[in-house]
Amino acid sequence: MSALLEVEDLRVAFDTPAGVVEAVRGLSFTLGRERLGIVGESGSGKTMTGRAILRLVQPPGRVSARRLAFDGQELLTLPERRLRALRGRRLAMVMQDPKYSLNPVMSVGRQLTEGLRRRERLSRAEARRRALAMLEAVQIRDPERVYRAFPHELSGGMGQRVMIAMMLIPEPDLLIADEPTSALDVTVEAEVLKILDGLVRERGLGLIFISHDLPLVSRFCDRVLVMYAGRVVEELKAAELERARHPYTRGLLRCLPRVGGPRGDLATLTRDPAWAEQGAE
Amino acid sequence: MTDLAGTGRGRSGGPGADAGRPLRGGWVGRRARGLLGLLATLAATFLGLLFVTFIIGRVIPIDPVLAIVGERATTAQYEAAREALGLNEPLLVQFGYYVRDVLSGDLGTSILTARPVIEDIGRVFPATLELATLATLFGVLLGVPAGVLAAVRQGRLTDQLVRLLGLFGYSMPVFWLGLMGLLLFYGQLGWVGGPGRLDTTYQFIFELEVPRVTGAILIDTALAGAWDVFRNALSHIVLPAAVLGYYSLAYISRMTRSFMLEQLRQEYVTTARVKGMPEWRVVWVHALGNVLVPLITVIALSYAQLLEGSVLTETVFAWPGLGLYITQALFSGDLAAVMGGTIVVGAAFILLNLLSDLLYRLVDPRAR
Repeated sequence: MSALLEVEDLRVAFDTPAGVVEAVRGLSFTLGRERLGIVGESGSGKTMTGRAILRLVQPPGRVSARRLAFDGQELLTLPERRLRALRGRRLAMVMQDPKYSLNPVMSVGRQLTEGLRRRERLSRAEARRRALAMLEAVQIRDPERVYRAFPHELSGGMGQRVMIAMMLIPEPDLLIADEPTSALDVTVEAEVLKILDGLVRERGLGLIFISHDLPLVSRFCDRVLVMYAGRVVEELKAAELERARHPYTRGLLRCLPRVGGPRGDLATLTRDPAWAEQGAE
Repeated sequence: MTDLAGTGRGRSGGPGADAGRPLRGGWVGRRARGLLGLLATLAATFLGLLFVTFIIGRVIPIDPVLAIVGERATTAQYEAAREALGLNEPLLVQFGYYVRDVLSGDLGTSILTARPVIEDIGRVFPATLELATLATLFGVLLGVPAGVLAAVRQGRLTDQLVRLLGLFGYSMPVFWLGLMGLLLFYGQLGWVGGPGRLDTTYQFIFELEVPRVTGAILIDTALAGAWDVFRNALSHIVLPAAVLGYYSLAYISRMTRSFMLEQLRQEYVTTARVKGMPEWRVVWVHALGNVLVPLITVIALSYAQLLEGSVLTETVFAWPGLGLYITQALFSGDLAAVMGGTIVVGAAFILLNLLSDLLYRLVDPRAR
C-alpha cells in the first residue's frame, strides 16, 4: 500500500521571550487510507501535529521535518499556490468548536460553496446543488433552511455537521478531525461521530482523529498513537488497547470511570519526565 | 450608544430544531417592533439633549436680558424685557416653551448677526459638513487599508510605518499642522488655495450665479456645472480636509489594526485557509467582514467628532463653519446661538448613531 502521508521527525517549536518551547519533538508515522487516532492530554502536541501537516502553524511557530510528504509531495517546501490547491481539494480539517470555526457574518450557503465557486469554477446553481446534497449526506433534515441560515442560528451539533459537510464537499483524500466532538453534548457527540464514521468508511478517506479520549479513539480508529510531551510514547492497534504496555497509556486508561466498576477515587495520571526523553521503542 | 457587546451571540434551541428564523408571527412583527423601539429611543435622547441645552442656557453666567437691554437700562425696562422673554415663568413651563420653539424650528435670534439662529446655522453647517465628510472619507479610504496591512504584516516594516504615521497624527496639534501645511503648500508651493472656502472672485460668482441646493459648494457647483468655481473650491478644501482627515486616519488605522489582529487569530480564519482560500480573500473578505461591525462605530464616532470639534481647523483655515460660529457666539455671549449650535451638534450625534445602528443590521446577521 502506498502511503498517503509520511511524517518523519516532525518538530514544531515556538520562540517565546522565555526561550524556545517545543510543542512537537520528533514525531514520525506513516498513514495509508486508514483511520489513525492521536491521543494525549492537553499540551501533548496533538493539535499542533494536525496543524503542522496542513502547514497552518503561524509565526512565531516554526515547523521542521526530515520528511513531511502527502502523496509523495513534500509539503514544507511546496509553493504557496500548490499548497492551497492541496488544502482546498485533497486535505481537510474539522476543528473543535463550530461556534468559532464558522464565519459568523457569512451565510452557511456562502461558506459551503465558496470553495466550489472559486476553485472549481462551478455556477451558482451547480455549487448550490452540490452543497445541498452534502448537507443531506450529513443527515440534515432541512438542507434548504440550513443553507440560508447563519452560524449563530445553528446548534453545536448542526454547526459541526455543517463543518463536516464543508470539509467533505471537495472530496478530500485525508481528513484531520481535531477533537471534533469535545464541544458537543454526549448525545449529539454520538450522532456526529456516527455520521463522520459513515462518511469516512463510505468514501475511503484517510483519517487522523485527534482526541484526548482514548476509548473513543479506539472504537473509531484502526491504529492509535499515544503522545506525551510532543513525542509518541506508544503505538497500538486499536483492538489491542488492553495490551498497552507504556505506563502513560495505562495511566490514561486507569483514570477513566467505568459503569458498574468499583467506586472510589479515580487514579491520578502519573507522569515521569523520563518518558518525554525516550519516545517510542 | 450603539450596542457592541450584546449583539445576541446566544444560541437557540436544541439540535435540529433551530435552524432558520421562525417565519410566522415573528419576523415582520419583530422588525416593526425593533423600529418603533429605535424611534422611541431617538425621541427620548433628543428630549434629553434639549434638556441639557436648556440647563446650559440657565447655568451659563450670561444674563440674556442684560444682553438685550444693555447695561444702562432702567429697572422697569429690564423687567419688561424679562417678562417678554418669559423668564418670570416657572422653569418647567419655560422648558415647555423651549421644546415647543425648537420643534417648530425656532432657535431664537442671534445677537451677533441679528438673524434667526436657524438661518445662521443653515449657512455655516453645510461648510462644516462638507469638510468633515471629505476628511472622514480620506480617513476611511486610507485608514482602513493601512490598518489591515499593518495587522497582516504585524511587527514588520509596514506595521512600523503605519504605527509611526498614527503616532504623528495623535501627537501633532492641528493648528500647528494646519499652519505648516498652509506655509508649505499654499505659501511656498502654491499647490492649494489659501484660507476660506473660495477665492474672493469666485466667491462673487458663487453668490450670484450658483443656486443653493445643499449648501455644500462642491455639490452645488457640480450640479450647476460651474466647473471653474468647483475647481477653486476643491483647491481650498483639499488642505483642511487632509489635515483633519489625517487625525481621523490615525484613529481609524489604529483601531482597524487592533480589530484585525483579534479577528485574524479566530478559528474561522483557519477554516478559510483549510478550504484553500487565497490569503487576500482570507484577510479582506473573511476577517474584514467581521471587523466591519466594530469599525462602523469607530468611523461614526470619529465623523461626529469632526462635526463638532473642528474649531481649531476652522480657525486656522478661516473656514466659515459651525465650530467657528459657536466659538464666536460663545465669546460674545450670544446665548441663543450657542444653544442652537449645541442642539445641531447633538442632533448630528444622534443621527450618526441611528445610521450606525442601521448599518449594523446590514453587516451583522446576529444583530438582525
